[in-house]
Amino acid sequence: MTAFLHLLPFAPIDALLAVPGAAALILALISSYKLGARLNMLASGITFLFALTLLFERPDPAVGFLFVDDLNIVFIVLGTFVGFTTSIFSASYIGHEIEIGRLKPGYIRFYHGMYQALSLSMNLGLTANNVGLMWVAVELATLTTVLMVGLYRTQAALEAAWKYFILGSVGIALALFGTILIYMAARPVIGEGHDAMVWTTLVAHAAAFSPELLNVAFVFLMLGYGTKVGLAPLHAWLPDAHAEGPTPISAVLSGLLLNVALYALLRFKMLLAANPFAVAPGPLLVTLGLVSLIFAGFMLYLRRDIKRLFAYSSIEHMGLIAFAFGMGGPLANFAGLLHMTMHSLTKSAIFFAVGQVAQVKGTQKIADIRGLTESHPTLGWSLVVGVAAIAGLPPMGIFMSEFLLVSSTFARQPLLAVPLVFGLLIASGALVWRLTGIAFGKPSPSVVDAGKRPSMLPLIIHLILVLIAGLYLPGPLVAWFQNVARMLG
Amino acid sequence: MERFSLDAAHLLAGGMVLVSFMMLYQNRILGLLNVFAAHAVVLSLSVAWQAYIQAAPHLYVTAAIALILKAIIIPVALHHMVVRLGVHRDIETVGGIGPTMLMGIGLVALSMVVMLPAAAEADPIAREDLALALSVILLGLLMMVTRQNAISQIVGFMSLENGLVLAATGARGMPLVVEISVAFSVLVAFIVIGVFLFRIRERFDTIDTQALDDFREGRE
Repeated sequence: MTAFLHLLPFAPIDALLAVPGAAALILALISSYKLGARLNMLASGITFLFALTLLFERPDPAVGFLFVDDLNIVFIVLGTFVGFTTSIFSASYIGHEIEIGRLKPGYIRFYHGMYQALSLSMNLGLTANNVGLMWVAVELATLTTVLMVGLYRTQAALEAAWKYFILGSVGIALALFGTILIYMAARPVIGEGHDAMVWTTLVAHAAAFSPELLNVAFVFLMLGYGTKVGLAPLHAWLPDAHAEGPTPISAVLSGLLLNVALYALLRFKMLLAANPFAVAPGPLLVTLGLVSLIFAGFMLYLRRDIKRLFAYSSIEHMGLIAFAFGMGGPLANFAGLLHMTMHSLTKSAIFFAVGQVAQVKGTQKIADIRGLTESHPTLGWSLVVGVAAIAGLPPMGIFMSEFLLVSSTFARQPLLAVPLVFGLLIASGALVWRLTGIAFGKPSPSVVDAGKRPSMLPLIIHLILVLIAGLYLPGPLVAWFQNVARMLG
Repeated sequence: MERFSLDAAHLLAGGMVLVSFMMLYQNRILGLLNVFAAHAVVLSLSVAWQAYIQAAPHLYVTAAIALILKAIIIPVALHHMVVRLGVHRDIETVGGIGPTMLMGIGLVALSMVVMLPAAAEADPIAREDLALALSVILLGLLMMVTRQNAISQIVGFMSLENGLVLAATGARGMPLVVEISVAFSVLVAFIVIGVFLFRIRERFDTIDTQALDDFREGRE
């Protein structure tokens, strides 16, 4: 394998950017929907394969602007995988949207081009070995998703895109101020120029940085990137953006983009942790995480739109993940990493199912969707399995990570475990309650017959992976996650 | 000379804070746009001065972008838009101008209290510039919060962004400043285009491109 990689004229890590970049340019010229969808799948698949090669051989961190270490490779492999399966789902989903005339055929070039541009910006954000470059990548990802959310050009879609845009821009602006402060803190120690913005150098010298400046910087970074993670009370853009955009984009938003912002926060958390005099970032993350968890848990009961329901569920789970990383320590960090992986896989699978549900029933209103397991057994039961997984029912992977998190919290901070368990129960109750109405009972009428059905493959692959993770985690994966958990401190 | 260059840098950065306050009490959109153009001119002067004292020629590019795009093109474009759409009426402010100004003073005090001790180890230019830049950023945020009109929210965002550019250029030797200011200009351009689309939508109750598409389909 590695011998083969040496034959390539370029480094696999550059291919993570070059493949989506080239594909974006080509797809922007292809107006045929079928060809475009296939090329989109092909490009995403190739990107995923290159991401896999990084498992075997990593580039030298001293060269270039990109780097790979134990932490970001988890995000890269997961991200490119979800990007690939979403492109398979997107092919059939968008085909149907064009058929029913919801999406104008003229937008197909735009859609596919933007899909790859989004993939490019997320890979750049995850691999950048430079705080400034990472910021630019997150800004690019924000812009592309804003354009995608407004794709249907309806009033609701444009309003959602606008709200996302304004809140996202303010978040990004605050993150930039935090980034500048990090540079200011690093400059007296490392010296002027590029070195003072490089992750690997920053972490190595963080102990000597001015702790006061680091503290102020972290507050801005937390608010800035926290907006993109969707932590309450900075979450207002998230439900609208998920509900009004095309469903593949909802899947990518929940499965990937939130993770990229979270990754940025984790990097800065590591930076602060490396300085003995700086404030501990943990309690901040724990507080925001708990607020998100409990707030979203209650909001789940009030939702009437099915995509909005699962958007709030994303806020809840991002809160849980932030809580886990905020607690820190090997066990909680392990639970956080596992939970993040499981959430990405499960939530994108749920959006694959929800997209099809909305298409066959012709509505996103929860009240108008009933008896799915009777009218569409495969789809209905997949949704049941997916929601059971996201609600944290055994034997799925999310049960496992939540169990780990709760037990480690009970062992270390029993008082914090009380609101944590309370939030988990509230949220699970809401989801299971909503699910019974959607999945069982007398079926509501469908607008399209089951003749031409989109591919169930991505959905089933994701759910099987989540099920396997709940039953058995392979030894090397556990060892690797434990290593990363130690790295996160 | 050293003393003078410091004083001039602080004077220009302080001038931006002052112009930010002037924006807070503008109650007409056209007046607001003029004051914003002045804000961008002061920013451009300030960045050019930093380029001179740091002997960093690439910062002149940032100064030029600020002058051409933010002091001329965007205010003129918004001006045309406002006049053509007939929205140059009074701006409603939340809580009135007096309380807003008081809050603004509080925010400036806050940024001084936070930044001056925190950045004590950085060199003095950066330390005070940073405090003034944070004031500009917070005043921009305050403006976005207190205004309900889309255009004045955008002017608030752009003044916030001016504060960021001021902070980035004040940080001696920071790489990627030009790239970041270009990236931000793209963002601002998107915002302005977004407003344009929204205004059209509000007037015709639909985006007219969609109406055109429907029309074309009908003829085919």
